[in-house]
Amino acid sequence: MNGASLLDFARGPAFEAALAIMTFGIAWRLAGIFALARSVDRSEPRSRFSGLRGLRIILSRSWPRAEFRERVLEWDIVGYLFHIGYAVAFLGYAPHILLIRNLFGLRWPGLPGGIIAFAAGVSAASLLALLGHRLSSPVLRQLSNFDDYFTWLVTFAPLVTGLMAYYGIGADFQLMLGLHIFSADILFVWLPFGKLMHVILLVFSRGTTGAAYGRRGAPV
Amino acid sequence: MSATTIDTATGPGKLEPSAGRQGTFPDAKRLEYAMTSFLQDLGATAALYLEACVHCGQCAEACHYYVQTGDPKYTPIWKIEPLKKAYKRHVGPFSFFYRLLGLKKAVTLAELESWQELIYDSCTMCGRCALVCPMGIDIPSLVLAARHGMQAAGLVPRDLWEPTDRANREGSPLGATKEVLKERIAWVSDEHSVEIPLDRDRADVLVTVSSVEIMKYPTSLAAIAKVMRHVGASWTFRSDGYEATNFGLLAGDRKGQRDATMRLINAAIAVNAKVVILPECGHAYQALRWVGANVYGKALPFRVLHISEFLAQEIRAGRLTLKTDPRSMTFHDPCQVARRGGVSGAPREIFRALGADLREMSRTPGLNWCCGGGGGVITVHHADPLRYRVFHLKMQQVEETGADVLVSSCSNCRLTFDDGQAHFHWDKTAQSLLEIVANNLAETH
Ligand code: SF4
Ligand code: SF4
Repeated sequence: MNGASLLDFARGPAFEAALAIMTFGIAWRLAGIFALARSVDRSEPRSRFSGLRGLRIILSRSWPRAEFRERVLEWDIVGYLFHIGYAVAFLGYAPHILLIRNLFGLRWPGLPGGIIAFAAGVSAASLLALLGHRLSSPVLRQLSNFDDYFTWLVTFAPLVTGLMAYYGIGADFQLMLGLHIFSADILFVWLPFGKLMHVILLVFSRGTTGAAYGRRGAPV
Repeated sequence: MSATTIDTATGPGKLEPSAGRQGTFPDAKRLEYAMTSFLQDLGATAALYLEACVHCGQCAEACHYYVQTGDPKYTPIWKIEPLKKAYKRHVGPFSFFYRLLGLKKAVTLAELESWQELIYDSCTMCGRCALVCPMGIDIPSLVLAARHGMQAAGLVPRDLWEPTDRANREGSPLGATKEVLKERIAWVSDEHSVEIPLDRDRADVLVTVSSVEIMKYPTSLAAIAKVMRHVGASWTFRSDGYEATNFGLLAGDRKGQRDATMRLINAAIAVNAKVVILPECGHAYQALRWVGANVYGKALPFRVLHISEFLAQEIRAGRLTLKTDPRSMTFHDPCQVARRGGVSGAPREIFRALGADLREMSRTPGLNWCCGGGGGVITVHHADPLRYRVFHLKMQQVEETGADVLVSSCSNCRLTFDDGQAHFHWDKTAQSLLEIVANNLAETH
C-alpha cells in the first residue's frame, strides 16, 4: 500500500467504519451499565435540593481540594497539560475544524500552525512523562493493565504522526498523513472499549456520587 | 486494646480452626456464596464506578494506610480488586468477551482470603479516597459490597465476626444486654442524681445508645439525661431498641444489619416517637439515618438526628442554654457523621454556643484524617500495629492545632483515641462533645 492509497483508505472507509464502531460501542457500553438494576434511596434528603446541589461535583472535582493538593497536584498539572495540549491540537487545527464542519456543520476559527505544533508537542511530552510515572510508581504499576498501555499508545500515535506530517519528518507527506489519520481511526475505534471511555463516563460517575453525597449534605 | 472482651464464640465459627473463616461449608460453596453476593450488589451504580476508574492512583494519596506505609497494596481501589474482577467477568458490557477469550480469570477462594486483610483490616470506610478521585468514585460503597461477599462466604476476620455474631444473638456486640443496660441506668441515675426514663409507653423522643458508651463511657448516659431534663423533652430509652451500633453493617452481614436496624425502627414506632436520637457513634448514624429507610422499604415515620444535630437544634430554638467554656478546643469530625454523613455544621454551632476557641484540623470541616478505628477496624487486633501507624497521622494533626482540648462525637473514635493515647503515651484524651455540653448547662429556673 503506498501513501496515496493508505490516505484514501484512512480517511474514507476506515474513518467511516471507525465512527460507526465508536458510536455503536459507546451505546453498547452505556446500555450495559444502565440496564443494570438501580436501587431507590428512600432516606429523607438533608434538604429539598441538596442532591441537586451535589451535582456541582461535575465541575468542582476537576481540581483537587486544598487538603489533597500537596500530594496530587503535580501530576494533576501534567495530566492537564496533556489534555489541554491535546484539545488545542485537535480542536484548533484548521484541517480538523474542516472535518468537524463536514460532519456536524459546526465551525470556529483555527489557530496558527505554530501554536498547534507547540500544543501537540507539550501534550506528547506530558504523555511521555505520564507513561514514565505509570512505569515507575508502584501504585500505578500495580493498577495498570493492557488497557492502560494500549490506550496510551493509541493516544500518543496521532500526536506523533501529526507532528511528523506537519514538519515533514520521516516518510513522504501523503504516507505520514495517511498514518496520522489511520492512527486517529484506531483511537476512535478503541474509545468505547477501554479507559478512553472516561470522557463520557466522567459526568455520570461524578454526578452519581454528587447526587448521593449532596442528598446527605456531605462535602463533595 | 480491650474494646471487645469476647467470650468463646458459640456461632458457626467455633468449628473452624482458621482465624478468618466462619462456617463449615465446602470451599466451592464459599466461593459460590461470595459470587452470588457480589452479583447482587453489582447494579448500575457499582458498574458505573468500576467502569469509570482510569487507574490514576490518586485515591492512594488520600488513604491514611497508603500515606503512612507507602505500600501500594493499600491503594483504595485495589482493595476491591476481586469485586472488580467478578464484575468484568460476569456483569460488565463486555463480560461475554472476557469469558470467551479467557481475559479475566474467575475469582478464587485463595484470592478472597488474601484480600481479607485489605477489605477489613485496612479500610475504615472513612471516605477520604472518594473525595480525591477525579472520577468521583465512591470507593467505600464498593468496599461495603466486597464485605457483603466476604461475609456471605464466611470470610470475616474472627475478631470482627465475634462481636457481630454476638450482636446477632444478644442484641449487643459488647455484651450490653437489656439487663446490663438496666443495671447501668439504675447505677448512673443514682450516681448522677438524674432520672433516666426506660421503657416508657409513649415519648416524643427515643434516645438510643452505643454499647461502647454503656460499657466504657457510662457517664454519657447521665449526660444525655441531663440535657433532656434541661430542654424539657418527653423522652425514653427502650430496652427493645437501644443499641445503635450496627456490627452487621461493619462486617457486611446484611441480615444482621437489617435486624439491628429494625429493632430501633420498631421501638420508635412502638413509643410513637417523632424523633430518634442517635448517640455519639459514627456508623450508627449511617446505619439509621441514611440506610434505615432503605432497610425499612419506605420513608421512616420519624426524624433521625445525630446527638450533635439535636443539641444544635435545641440551641437554635433557645431551649438549650450553655455556660461559657472558653478553652481552646479542636474537633475530630467522625467520618461517618461528617464526611459521609453530612453533619459538620451542628458541632460547630455548639462550639460557638460554648464560646470555645475552636481550632480546626482541616480547611473543610469533615476533611480531617480518620482516627483509624472505624469500619470495625478497632476490633481486629492483629491489625493493631497498622492502626497505630495511621493513628500517628491523626495525632500529628491534632497536635498541629495547638488546642488544649480534643473533642469528638463518636464513642468509637474516643475508644481509638484512648487506645492510641496509651500506646503513644500521649497527653491528650478525647472528650465527648455531649459530655462537655452536659457539664456546661446553664442554670434553669
Ligand atoms: S475509605 Fe478511607 S480507609 Fe478505606 S480505602 Fe478509602 S481512604 Fe482508605
Ligand atoms: S482515584 Fe479514582 S480513578 Fe483514580 S485509581 Fe483511584 S478509583 Fe480509580
